[in-house]
Amino acid sequence: MKPAPFKYYAPTTVEEALAHLTEYGYDAKALAGGQSLIPMLNFRLAQPAVLVDLNNISELFYIRPDGNGGLCLGAMTRQRQVEYDPLVAERAPLVHEVMPQIAYPQIRTRGTFGGSLAHADPSAELVAVNIALNARFRLRSQARERWVPADEFFAGLFTTVLEPDELLVEIALPPMPPRSGAAFLQITRRHHDFCIAGVAVLVTLDGKGQCEQARLVFLSAGAGPVIAHQAAGVLVGQAPTPEVIRAAAERAASADIDPGSDIHASAEYRRHLAKVLARRTLTQAFDRAISNI
Amino acid sequence: MNGLFNVTITVNGTQYERTVEPRLLLSDFLRHDLGLTGTHVGCEHGVCGACTILFDGDPVRSCLMFAVQANGHEVLTVEGLGTMDNLHPLQEAFWGAGAVQCGFCTPGFLMSLTPFLKENPNPTEEEIREAISGNLCRCTGYQHIIDAVKLAAEKMRR
Repeated sequence: MKPAPFKYYAPTTVEEALAHLTEYGYDAKALAGGQSLIPMLNFRLAQPAVLVDLNNISELFYIRPDGNGGLCLGAMTRQRQVEYDPLVAERAPLVHEVMPQIAYPQIRTRGTFGGSLAHADPSAELVAVNIALNARFRLRSQARERWVPADEFFAGLFTTVLEPDELLVEIALPPMPPRSGAAFLQITRRHHDFCIAGVAVLVTLDGKGQCEQARLVFLSAGAGPVIAHQAAGVLVGQAPTPEVIRAAAERAASADIDPGSDIHASAEYRRHLAKVLARRTLTQAFDRAISNI
Repeated sequence: MNGLFNVTITVNGTQYERTVEPRLLLSDFLRHDLGLTGTHVGCEHGVCGACTILFDGDPVRSCLMFAVQANGHEVLTVEGLGTMDNLHPLQEAFWGAGAVQCGFCTPGFLMSLTPFLKENPNPTEEEIREAISGNLCRCTGYQHIIDAVKLAAEKMRR
């Protein structure tokens, strides 16, 4: 299969790109790494009339420290660059841990950090990790600029709050809070497949060693990423014992997620996996938090 | 612009100027416009790896790029890796270790492995398996491919 015909623009600045998106609105699609979009074009699952190629906009490729121990990434930063960056390894260890699990090395050469987020595949590792880490996203249109927290950015299957005339331009990752630990696990039938179930977790302890905050974000457990609020409720204010962790994992699996059935897995199996993965990641995250005191 | 685009792409050291539709995939450009059919097309959605080439030195899926995106850039295909009279050590090793059966996946493997061995001249088996995880082979069962990589790494270290 080959893509349907489209008009093609290759702007070199964000302004130019936004001008095209404003002109064409819903008829245009932004092209980042293309590792998710071009397969859709090849299958003709998507047939945008206009493609705005972002790959020549050098101002969108960067990884910088912010003033507070966190990081800012340009949305077009290649996944491969994020994977090998020492600042990311130091300030966002969960991102560093997850990068090699995304697709294959060849995909990460072109794929971008922001592109994965804007595409919003329910099994995207970066979606869950950014929510777990309380990232904030900067969106720009010709008319305005706005910051959206990661947990408000995703709106459903392959859907975000991006308007047709908007681009995701920057991702801000806060520093890891003190006494925190993060972990990520996913289950795939073969290495690097889209996952059947996965979870990203960030936990913070208070001065008494009890859980102060917990964030669990599931992948492949619904139409989009699922934040397990009830499971967090089980953990907050409690010492993170195996019993409490087990209870939180069970609550997440039974009450927070509503996975579907498909040819890869039944809903029941996904729930079971979610419970097991939640228990393992919470255990690991709390251990890391304790060793970070 | 709905029309055609002029592109200048350097492939295996030679500069080519052509006029293309924007929707022309880089894989099809190499195969049909340039006649370099060593790059194979298996799935056209990025999972099989048969179309892997080097883009400015890095491995990419040529089925997931447009030729217009390669304008001004450098591409290396399997034809640029070695010749019949002067095989690249990886090609010799694939031959020697029995890593080629039908040969359809082979160019993709070679192009994925070339930058890998440059960065990892002494890889473990685990690292090799990870490096080839983006390339599918239906014939060999992978074991001889892994043997070939170990053989090539050893040859290239000398």
